Amino acid sequence: MLIETTVNGVPRTLEVAPSDLLLDVLRDRLGLTGAKRSCDVQVCGTCTVLLDGVPVSACTTLAHEARGRRVMTIEGLAETPGFARLEEVFEHHNALQCGYCTSGMALTITSLLEAGELADDEDVVREALSGNVCRCTGYRAIIDAARELAR
Amino acid sequence: MTTTPTPQQHLETGSALGHSVPRKDSAQKIRGQVKYVGDTEVPGMLHGKVLRSEIPAGRIRSIDASAAEAMPGVVCVLVGTDLLDIDPYYGHAIRDRPIIAIDRVRFAGEPVAVVAAETEEQAEAAVRAIRVDYEPTPAATDLDGATGPGAPLVHEEPARGGAFHGLGNLPERLGNVCYRYELDWGDLDAAFAAADVVVEGTFEFGSAYQYSMETHACIAQVDGDEITMWANCQHPFLVRAEMASVFGVPLSNVRIIVPFLGGGFGSKSYTRLEPLTIAVARKARRPVRVVARVDEAILTSRQHSCRIHLRTAARNDGTLVARQAVCLFDTGAYADNGPRVVATAGDAAPGPYRWEAVSVVADCVYTNVSPAGSYRAFGAVHQQWAGELQVDEIARKLGIDPLEIRRRNLLRHGEDVRPGGKPLDGDLIGDVEKAAAALGWDRPRTEWVGRGLSVGVLAAGAHPVSCATVRMEADGLITVNCGTTEVGQGARTVMPQIAAEVLGLPVDRVRMGGTDTRFTPYDRSTGASRSTTVAGLAVQRAAEDLRRQLEDMAGGEADPAEYLNLMRGHFGFAGGELIGRADVHPEGSGSYAEGPVFWEVAVGAAEVEVDPDTGVVRALRTATIADVGRAINPAFVERQDEGGGIQGLGTGLFEEVLFDGGHLSTETLLEYRVPTTRDIPREMSCVIVENADGPGPFGAKGCGEGALAAVAAALATAVADAGVPVNQLPLTPERVWRAIQSRNDKRSEV
Ligand code: FES
Ligand code: FES
Repeated sequence: MLIETTVNGVPRTLEVAPSDLLLDVLRDRLGLTGAKRSCDVQVCGTCTVLLDGVPVSACTTLAHEARGRRVMTIEGLAETPGFARLEEVFEHHNALQCGYCTSGMALTITSLLEAGELADDEDVVREALSGNVCRCTGYRAIIDAARELAR
Repeated sequence: MTTTPTPQQHLETGSALGHSVPRKDSAQKIRGQVKYVGDTEVPGMLHGKVLRSEIPAGRIRSIDASAAEAMPGVVCVLVGTDLLDIDPYYGHAIRDRPIIAIDRVRFAGEPVAVVAAETEEQAEAAVRAIRVDYEPTPAATDLDGATGPGAPLVHEEPARGGAFHGLGNLPERLGNVCYRYELDWGDLDAAFAAADVVVEGTFEFGSAYQYSMETHACIAQVDGDEITMWANCQHPFLVRAEMASVFGVPLSNVRIIVPFLGGGFGSKSYTRLEPLTIAVARKARRPVRVVARVDEAILTSRQHSCRIHLRTAARNDGTLVARQAVCLFDTGAYADNGPRVVATAGDAAPGPYRWEAVSVVADCVYTNVSPAGSYRAFGAVHQQWAGELQVDEIARKLGIDPLEIRRRNLLRHGEDVRPGGKPLDGDLIGDVEKAAAALGWDRPRTEWVGRGLSVGVLAAGAHPVSCATVRMEADGLITVNCGTTEVGQGARTVMPQIAAEVLGLPVDRVRMGGTDTRFTPYDRSTGASRSTTVAGLAVQRAAEDLRRQLEDMAGGEADPAEYLNLMRGHFGFAGGELIGRADVHPEGSGSYAEGPVFWEVAVGAAEVEVDPDTGVVRALRTATIADVGRAINPAFVERQDEGGGIQGLGTGLFEEVLFDGGHLSTETLLEYRVPTTRDIPREMSCVIVENADGPGPFGAKGCGEGALAAVAAALATAVADAGVPVNQLPLTPERVWRAIQSRNDKRSEV
């Protein structure tokens, strides 16, 4: 089927099969490899992208669900004006190691900030980030970075 | 909690060393620009998918791939009989594993065929169309099944030593026992007979899965006798040698390019998907990329489970006198790194105490389940919790505080950890006191809250061979070439910090890239906490070599501001380049002579709360000690300890790979749970100890593994302190709840 969607601000018309996953279309067809595959079952959050500003797991989202909606990946987010602050705060807290989870974390945090759902509060941040796994850092630095961003 | 110097501070002091300079790769990573192997494409590349055995043990009667071969997009199907022109077995410790199953399968999930097709979907569809006719044979699916009388043999052929076992002559296989490690000193029977208190128990340790979020991935391209790979391996130089030998090509014709790794933790140690990817690319005559799904990654590498029978003896004054450990490690269907894991566990079994007598027998046992390999802190994580539970049991019996009994018995700097080898090079008593203080050891505690300590050491550094060059080009910029893999630990920032310090340059003038075995100097491996210590020492020496060349040109001191002028004077124009080179090898005397390179400290403390109604254990606080000699980058040290500590929390409380009749039952992250932000303790203190007592650059020694073993063990001792000793890890709610019930039953009987 043919769908119209917007990816990182660019209107796209894409031919997709009903069973195509959004993650495969983004990575293999559009070369947007910033969205990573890991668990494949909507647990780890490395494949997070924003659909109309809301974080979704692209590994379990069908490509045609993006019809008529705005998709934002890390490549798009990195071009937005607010990104420099996130980058600076992540770097300052050393909130990444291997970096595999980082784009998913960045998209989740940004969308929550924009929705006003993040606060400089340990419990709020822990709950908000519980769908994003990081196997390297032990989370402390990521939580601290998110709290600072919410300040 | 330590105060981390700010990232900017190094600019003020002019020195990069000991400051938390930001990661050089952070912008690239935050922006999602890093290409991991699974993001990499090479021209003409096909996609490979693996057909895996459905049964744990059996013979392959036949494979019918004709339907699969005829499917759209399929270029070829690799089966075992395609490998008969080479010696298709690999294994760095024991050469026991075929590239894919040849005539029999030894675990459910073993690769049986590989399809190469134009797209992943086509390859997957073709995998489903392959028909395999198996003749099932009796399977030994766990330790009991593999060690009892009449147990089916997982391997019948004579054992062949691998290229890198480094464990002396391989002993004969005894049934399914492929390796035995023994450690003995003193008169054990006499020491036990003379003791006042003896405690004894059997401890069961479950297998965890490393879960590096990036799964195994490899791209291989074969042109005649040239093999090129893009692989996410931690030890590319060892894989290169092994692949050259298996495929019968010259060592230097195998080229491995390693970009950034999305974590490793041991799961990408040694050889993984590389041989089957090369084999299918060889048949397809096109490059092929194979990327594992998570369930395939679990089947590719996981941690050993083990059973430990442990006895510890002490005198009434709290002096520990003797320990005996008899351990069985389940290595799965192939030895993998099992012999090394078992040897390291054997060294860790006594614990770093002053014993009169010790006896350790540790067996590495084949079973018909997926192979177990390296996972961060292997050996130490297996033993430390059990040994420390018994130290506390003795302390409880004698009414001695757990901190005090450790103070009295821990080895001191310079004492032998075991006869032969490097004496203890850290300050364990100081370390455990710091951990206790950071946790608030003496604060009053309430019911169902427990506090625990744990102390151990871990033979670290692996074989000390690393080479490095430091290159200064005509614009004055410096490139460090060193084969350490950037797995997330920060190697590509720390190595430049070391070179910058030697050369007196700001760290932003120094960079380091990825590994390409064709151009990057040799490094044995990235693991065993050795990068900063061993590769870092090679980088320090190479930078010193470069500085000496500049000093020769200057005829004395070389001012960093004059480097370019010195070079121009030497070459007579604005060109040329200088290359400093050095290596680290086992050296005649001193600490490198006898091994291990250093004893990594594994000291921690934990406070937990046990819910008596559900058995759920919550970690309230943890403290870990990073006894690193010298922290080149303190923030990285903290991240290593925090990350390792949280993996220790997973291992201690809930992570467990489970099999049912030889079949993996924890196939996804839904069944195999890893820690999230919800699980981490409210307080995690990392105390950095800098006694400059390490063999690495500027007195540094490695870290990052000890915290895993220390936290897992401290959680176990803390739960016991809350009144619920459990001889099984992880401490799942069910196990803890049952322990509470049986304790209550015993009380009501009294
Ligand atoms: S890969 Fe999509 S949530 Fe893990
Ligand atoms: S930084 Fe490696 S998974 Fe988060």
